[in-house]
Amino acid sequence: MSLKPIFTRTPGLKTTPTSYCPGCGHGVAHRLMAEAIVELGARGRTIAVAPVGCAVYGYDYWNFDTTEAAHGRTPAVATAIKRVLPDRMVISYQGDGDLASIGLAEIMHAANRGERITVIFINNTNYGMTGGQMAPTTLAGQITTTTPYGRNVDETGHPLKIAELLAALPGVKYSARGALHKPGLIRKAKSYILNALKIQEANLGFSIVELLSSCPANWGLTPVKAVEHLEKVMTPVFPLGVFKDETPGQEG
Amino acid sequence: MNRPVFMKGNEAMAEAALLAGCRYYFGYPITPQNEVPAYMSRRMPEVGGVFLQAESEVAAINMVFGAAVAGARAMTSSSSPGISLKQEGISYMAGCELPGVIVNIVRGGPGLGNISPSQADYWQSTRGGGHGDYRTLVLAPHTVNEMVELTMDAFDLADLYRNPVLVLADGLLGQMMEMVRFPDPIEQRKTGLLRGRDLPPQDWTLTGCQGRSPRLIRSLLMKPGALEEHNFHLEKKYALIEREETKAEEIDCEDADIILTAYGTSARIAKSAQIMLGEQGIKAGIFRPITLWPFPYNRLAELARRVDRFLVIEMSLGQFIEDVQLAVAREKSLKQVKIGLLARPGGGVPTPEEIAARAREVLP
Repeated sequence: MSLKPIFTRTPGLKTTPTSYCPGCGHGVAHRLMAEAIVELGARGRTIAVAPVGCAVYGYDYWNFDTTEAAHGRTPAVATAIKRVLPDRMVISYQGDGDLASIGLAEIMHAANRGERITVIFINNTNYGMTGGQMAPTTLAGQITTTTPYGRNVDETGHPLKIAELLAALPGVKYSARGALHKPGLIRKAKSYILNALKIQEANLGFSIVELLSSCPANWGLTPVKAVEHLEKVMTPVFPLGVFKDETPGQEG
Repeated sequence: MNRPVFMKGNEAMAEAALLAGCRYYFGYPITPQNEVPAYMSRRMPEVGGVFLQAESEVAAINMVFGAAVAGARAMTSSSSPGISLKQEGISYMAGCELPGVIVNIVRGGPGLGNISPSQADYWQSTRGGGHGDYRTLVLAPHTVNEMVELTMDAFDLADLYRNPVLVLADGLLGQMMEMVRFPDPIEQRKTGLLRGRDLPPQDWTLTGCQGRSPRLIRSLLMKPGALEEHNFHLEKKYALIEREETKAEEIDCEDADIILTAYGTSARIAKSAQIMLGEQGIKAGIFRPITLWPFPYNRLAELARRVDRFLVIEMSLGQFIEDVQLAVAREKSLKQVKIGLLARPGGGVPTPEEIAARAREVLP
């Protein structure tokens, strides 16, 4: 009697050992994205665009075609790739500095044009790669290397809610926010990614999945404490759920 | 196709890009190049291409980056302040070795400057422009017809070397109407700067990894020594370009009393001054670099063996003259050669009379 594999490593990922910090959410997000691509049979026709930030190394893990982009310009690069190759799956993977700060013009306009791309947006409320500076998503009062007294929202603005913001645009056909700190939520996050990719497959418009992700190294917390912080402090500010889903048959 | 037509420089250049197989144009409004996006927005749907008005100059150049990643011929155009914004993307394209054509219809600067013709972006164009060790090929037409030919050639050279190519014109060339003859694209590949060479296979583009290993396009090289190695690789390519692609037009330089050295619009006006000087019994030559990078240092140095009077005419404040001095200094001490300068910055355009008068001052 032969053994039947019931679980294997996804062919969407390479076997590279992780270089992300202990407790970081990027690895989970990479895997969910890779699994979703493979489940849709799209690995051979996927082109990913990696951001500037921690996930610039996405291509070390992703087992499909990938290009870098300049900081925040990821949606502009993805736009053109999709315009040239409309039958390919084009994914823009971005962090909160990349997407919500320096690249705000690019993401808003790509979304508003209804570009047939899917954006995976990692929100960990800080600039990870550069050592934990304030991001537009940084929580009120949060201490970062550039808000040593805590983020003063009167001076530096309030946490930017990207999933809600983009959901308001007609070109956006799917916008959801998931989180990566509990098994059930991780499964749900994957279903969001699958839905978003299906929106692209159906040529309906722009889709985005925001993922709340822990950053223990820069938050100054142990991985376990970071998960608690995500649950108790982050999710009340960034509510989870689907803000827009215009998958045919899903309206309303 | 080969019948001459009367056409504006900016529009002729846009049509030339289409003839060269460019099907992706990304741009942002700025004077004096607005005819290019307007023309492309009308023509691209007719040829099955994509015109996209980008949200910014920054987005536009990154769209050219993306189209190149996917293996398509793409172009953006702008004018000086817009080109400054594109430098980030051009640096990334150079680092990632991506082809692409960038047209700069130069206007006066610094800052917002004015919308008059200018050549003040010479340093920015020929010295890289953005951050890091890199070069872009720079082609400088001086007639509308040459704008057409060099724009077509720009796409070939970009693909040949996997490098961004700049077409550097100015508000005068962009706005003027002139008779142009659109060459047959296949003929142009033989007679133009490509000189009939084969283009390399696109075995690096991202199209999805079906049936092959995943590909990667990047400029981040963090492994110790990796970036230095990449820089040396680029240097080799740039040295090859310097050997193979340097081009200049020469008229009566060999036995000239003085050589008028200029490019683009300045060279065009210098040609009138040359005739004027001839009528006054002065043998003036014309040396007109067509490629600004690579610059024709060697040929100019050769001419400096026989000629010891030069007049540099530029619509900028002593930028272009530095390359002329570098060239002449390869053969002679700058003390042995007199290099005069007629510089008209800020939108000033020299007249043939002005050039002729200044040339007479430089002569013994």
